Amino acid sequence: MPSAKLELRSIAMVFSSSAGAVDALTPVSFAIEEGSFVSVIGPSGCGKSTLFNIIAGLQAPSGGSVVIDDEDATGTIGRVGYMLQKDLLLPWRTVLDNVVLGMEIKGVSRQRAHATALPYLARYGLGGFEHRYPRELSGGMRQRAALLRTLLLDTDVILLDEPFGALDAQTRASMQEWLLQLWADFRKTVVFVTHDVDEAIYLSDEIVVMSARPGRVVDRIAVPLARPRPRLITNAREFIAIKERCLDHLAPPVAECAA
Amino acid sequence: MRRFAGFRFPSVFLGHRAYRRLPVQHEWAPRWIMAAQILLVVALIGGWQAAASWKIIDPFFWSQPSAIWHTLTLFFLKGDAVTDIAYTFEATIIGFVVGTIAGSLLGLSFWWSRNYAAIVQPFIICFESIPKLALAPLIILIFGIGMTSKVAIAVALTVVVSTLTTYAGVKAVDPDSERLFYSLGASRFQVFRKLVIPAVMPWTISVLRVNIGLALTGAIVGEFISSQHGLGREILYAGQTYDIALVWVAVLVLAAFSMIMYVAVSQLEKLLRKGVAH
Repeated sequence: MPSAKLELRSIAMVFSSSAGAVDALTPVSFAIEEGSFVSVIGPSGCGKSTLFNIIAGLQAPSGGSVVIDDEDATGTIGRVGYMLQKDLLLPWRTVLDNVVLGMEIKGVSRQRAHATALPYLARYGLGGFEHRYPRELSGGMRQRAALLRTLLLDTDVILLDEPFGALDAQTRASMQEWLLQLWADFRKTVVFVTHDVDEAIYLSDEIVVMSARPGRVVDRIAVPLARPRPRLITNAREFIAIKERCLDHLAPPVAECAA
Repeated sequence: MRRFAGFRFPSVFLGHRAYRRLPVQHEWAPRWIMAAQILLVVALIGGWQAAASWKIIDPFFWSQPSAIWHTLTLFFLKGDAVTDIAYTFEATIIGFVVGTIAGSLLGLSFWWSRNYAAIVQPFIICFESIPKLALAPLIILIFGIGMTSKVAIAVALTVVVSTLTTYAGVKAVDPDSERLFYSLGASRFQVFRKLVIPAVMPWTISVLRVNIGLALTGAIVGEFISSQHGLGREILYAGQTYDIALVWVAVLVLAAFSMIMYVAVSQLEKLLRKGVAH
């Protein structure tokens, strides 16, 4: 059995305010194998983003630890790549300069970073756009640049927080293909947050289902569908069975829907 | 336009709705606009001259264009025009540069510590609300009647605007972008250099045009209170000696000078914006 790349050990998060303490995450534990693609789904307010912030070291958990490569990584930054729904490209930098930002921060010289990044830009659909500014790019192109920036940071684990949430359905589908291509090439361990159950099943090896307030893991569902998966796999019986199981967990009591 | 010639019953009486047409404004060709502007200036000057000649207005208080022209040539040929302009210009530019840079640095410094920003901010706002020109006599006493006091007043006027605007820019830095930088493992200094400064630059640049005007005001007021040179002193001196034509001359020169600086700063702003966009 391959060892766990990323392991969450009883991560808990309590937000205290004047109104009292709110449990955002009750001990959440799971391990992710090296090179696997895991999606986290759950209703809004289940603490997915908090969990990601904790893994990325941007927020200190109230309890528990994040373990990467059998090493305690709680509260350390720059260990995992993190991409948000917003592309967050810097408008004053060209696409190329945006993509190398991570390397630049790690201290790689601009020249070397450019040399490293250029072939990737060409290979992953940004050829010819290297010296354009983000405002000249379409939403899909911007997300590609943002994802390449995350990948070129050269971390083994990448966290993607609804990266395609703001894209239209068609662009989203082509971005999913593109992401799978990248994942196959780079062999990274991916943790992916989405609201879209179809997207989660289509992309993942495993789905972690979380519940709302307090956030906790309610189910872990393996997706044993063979890759590469055809687009129409969404009609396959196994696919639908998994989807039903997911939706069962997600269908909230009516009262919670409003919140 | 002819449409309005006849009276029409309001549509309620006619039992059907009258639809309004989209109002259309016809724009004149630029040369016609320019012609109208020139005409306006000529009419203004001609009217002034005529009114003064016919004693409709008292030329002693109002002066008249012919006398102003005469004084203007004297001011440049025999007077202190060059010295005065250079003096005011120097005080304005130094005050502008020092005030803008100091204010921007102060505004940026607030990014480093929220506690420090919270402690200092009320004082800045307090200083902002004081009419700085009221401090001018005090500044002259402290810094003397030379150039330093004019620069100091110009700085006092510009520094707060720059500080507050830059700080507003600092507060507007996208927290998600900051998170992104930290997730990439950035140090605070890297976030400051690579995110905060470029993000705040457009804010800092946007106050340049306001600041050049303020710096000029500061320099002029300083010269009003006590000075040996400068356009402000020239205006004050001319007023006190009832040389109204010279007042107008100094005001005209000041206006021209102010416009030139405004245009220059606008160009500088464009240049900087281009530099920042890259």
